[in-house]
Amino acid sequence: MSTAIDTTTAAPVAEKLTKKQLIADHPTWCPGCGDFAVLAVFYKVLEKLQIPQEKIVVVAGIGCSSRFPYFMNTHSLHFIHGRALPLATGISLSRPDVHVFVFGGDGDGFSIGGNHLNHAARKNIRLTYVIMDNFVYGLTKNQTSPTTPIGRKSKTDPVGAIDRPINPMKQLLASGATFIGRTHATQVKHMDELFTRAIEHDGFSVIECLSECTMFYPGAFDDGNPRKGGAFDVIDEKQHDVKDDVAAFKLADLPSPGKFGVFYQVKRPTKNELEQRWIDDSQAKLGGASQKDILKKRFEAMR
Amino acid sequence: MSAPAVSVPSSSAHTLRNAVIRLAGNSQDGIQSIGGFLARLAGRTAQEVMTYMTIPSTISGGPSIFQVHLGSGEVLTAGDDADVLVAFYQHSYDSHISALRNGGICLYDSGEVTEIKHERGIHYFGIPFTAATVEALGGSARDRGKNMLVLGLICAVFGLDKDKLVTIVSRQFGKKDESVLRNALLAFDAGYAYQIGDLEKFTFVPGEAQDANRISTDGNQMLSLGLLAAGVRYGSAYPITPWSPIMETLRSELPKYGGVFVQAEDELAAVSMAIGAAFAGHLAITGSSGPGISLKQEALGYASMAELPLIVVNVQRGGPSTGLPTSVEQSDLMQAIYGSHGDTPRFVLAPKDVEDCFYIALEAGRIARKYSCPVIILSDQALSSRIEAFTEPDVDKHWVEPSLDLSPRGEDFRPYPLDKTTRHAPPGTKMAAGKYPHISGLEHDEWGHPSGNAKMHQEMTNKRRQKLLDAAAEFPLPEIHGESAGDALLIAWGSAWGPVKEATDRLRSEGYHVGAANMRHLHPMPNGLEKIIAGYKHVIAVEMNDSGAYGFGQLAMLLRARYADPKIKSVCKTDGLAFRVREIVTGVEKHLAAN
Repeated sequence: MSTAIDTTTAAPVAEKLTKKQLIADHPTWCPGCGDFAVLAVFYKVLEKLQIPQEKIVVVAGIGCSSRFPYFMNTHSLHFIHGRALPLATGISLSRPDVHVFVFGGDGDGFSIGGNHLNHAARKNIRLTYVIMDNFVYGLTKNQTSPTTPIGRKSKTDPVGAIDRPINPMKQLLASGATFIGRTHATQVKHMDELFTRAIEHDGFSVIECLSECTMFYPGAFDDGNPRKGGAFDVIDEKQHDVKDDVAAFKLADLPSPGKFGVFYQVKRPTKNELEQRWIDDSQAKLGGASQKDILKKRFEAMR
Repeated sequence: MSAPAVSVPSSSAHTLRNAVIRLAGNSQDGIQSIGGFLARLAGRTAQEVMTYMTIPSTISGGPSIFQVHLGSGEVLTAGDDADVLVAFYQHSYDSHISALRNGGICLYDSGEVTEIKHERGIHYFGIPFTAATVEALGGSARDRGKNMLVLGLICAVFGLDKDKLVTIVSRQFGKKDESVLRNALLAFDAGYAYQIGDLEKFTFVPGEAQDANRISTDGNQMLSLGLLAAGVRYGSAYPITPWSPIMETLRSELPKYGGVFVQAEDELAAVSMAIGAAFAGHLAITGSSGPGISLKQEALGYASMAELPLIVVNVQRGGPSTGLPTSVEQSDLMQAIYGSHGDTPRFVLAPKDVEDCFYIALEAGRIARKYSCPVIILSDQALSSRIEAFTEPDVDKHWVEPSLDLSPRGEDFRPYPLDKTTRHAPPGTKMAAGKYPHISGLEHDEWGHPSGNAKMHQEMTNKRRQKLLDAAAEFPLPEIHGESAGDALLIAWGSAWGPVKEATDRLRSEGYHVGAANMRHLHPMPNGLEKIIAGYKHVIAVEMNDSGAYGFGQLAMLLRARYADPKIKSVCKTDGLAFRVREIVTGVEKHLAAN
């Protein structure tokens, strides 16, 4: 065992994880909020994958969607605005035995925490990040968000948004994320499939999930919802090579509602793996010396 | 103008207890290595040493000095005035001749320094550093290596232990190409054998520090090693002067200990990653210098609120803003204690010298674990880079084995019990009652559920505050150096302690009744300080920060806030340089005279 602290525990007693065990407080979201469906699907996927309950860690920053941890009966942490990813990085790199999930909104992901998204992605930190994108700041009651379309009115853009919105798929492709998907909160089966694939991906997996804010931006994603007359157009992976980032870039350029599914997926060593490799090499060179002796030797060399 | 004839009377051969040597050149001349070698030699010859350097905040080039204070007995400062000035250039001479004491010795590169002033009984010795080095190394050699020539000169002048010095030099250069070591030793020997003229040699009184296993190193190094001994295995930071060497050391060393140190994309990510590792159940660390600590403040507020243990190092530099990145200042005390939003209990410690950087890291680890709270270590630029010699720490005695408690938690477990100190159950822990804890930055109830309840906020605030009250009762009182009652008590913190201690001795030799105390535990202050203060007519906080709108430095303000005693006063300065003993003596005398 080469990690600093032995994280292996006794062989797990075969306990079946049920959706019921995962439910904590009743969500405080507004009636009709898209986030309810995301939560329900997440419960279901965890039940399906049978991840031990104590090994599930749910982290969020600030926003409506970031209330997520309180609704999970798992180890969870509700952090500050924009910094959920670096916090989750600290957990992931120091605890190879747990599964780290990050939930947040477009503000956390693309605005105040935008820089962290780029770096967690390029470092390929082993975790799954779901960005519940509603194109608006809902918790603070209707200000423009980084994904708000041009022309949409809000309290901070009374005559309509004038700044070009972020294209999440393009942003993520450029950042170096190794699993990039896009889904819609009304498409439960698709969410289930995409979450499962993201969790099973060894690396930084990120999903943009269009999740409607019924209070401040109702109907924002109707064009992707067949029940509202829209089109839910799923990427055909026989046609689209998920390893082809240029092709993914082109898909990302399609007009709203665009495509849904896996835009990009490649295998690249995670930072978790690379750091562990360095640890193993360093310790192999020291021939199994105890940590205390390593420090003693260091002082001896300074005499 | 060529080197003047040595017209000064021969310096009589005599023994020394102390010598302050100032090397002045440019930052690329390797004068830091001369100082480093001398400091290491001191560690091995039972002498004490303290160094002091200035470095330009440019990438390469610019004037730089390295001052070494060697002593056979206790050395508390890098020295007010130099006994010997080694000037590499005319600008070095011009800028530093005033730092040489009357009757001191000036060795200068006669190929570079052309104008000297014969004054104050200074003894001048012109030596062609560059030409002599080129000659020693064979015509084709560049002038690099003249630092080794100067080291040889100093070794000869002060009768230093040549064999030991050569061993130290060989160990340093032996790692490189063989020819590098050969050239270094050729230059050294040429310097050692150089006929300086009418200058007699000195000899040091044998060193008094006879303890075994003495080492010489700087504060950043000792703080890093202290963190390793304290059980820190995870951390994250962003580079900034003068903090960076700590993160470089941890990044290189931690893999050997099975740990990971992450270079984060920014200060906000760095503190967040460290908090993530803390939540994951580890003792984690982040660090920076003042501007970076400002950026971390929101997350530090979270750590206080969520009650997570965390060590935060601030290697202070001159501020505000980018300020004086390579100079010393102690102006981040208020920031350390109060620099967040809301009421954020946290602990603040300061190491008093290089050796103490090791022990302060252990103390920070102990407090962070015990109170599940952020602990800030206030080091400073002077401590970070100066070299001192002292006894190697007893690793067996101080070693803290890192541990991660994943034992199942009982039915009564709550993350935020009102009547107990928080003991988190990290991820991976099974909860017997089947109910998992929430860790929250929102005000919360005992389970971590958000609670806007007025009574709950008051009770949780009380709970968090209680840590400070418990710690104030537990923390040791500072020891008093000098007299335990009398005219004045000087209070220092951080690197000001050395000069304050020496100033106390000097004031006492002038007939004043003076004592001095060093505050290692700055926040909360230990209970009972009032009893110490009661014995003195004046209480004077000596610190390197500005006296501000009310005429008091930051520690003085805190002492006045706590004791509401008008006899508490300040000696402050912010010139980017460590205190000279006489600055403190003068400042204290002014207060005493005003009475």
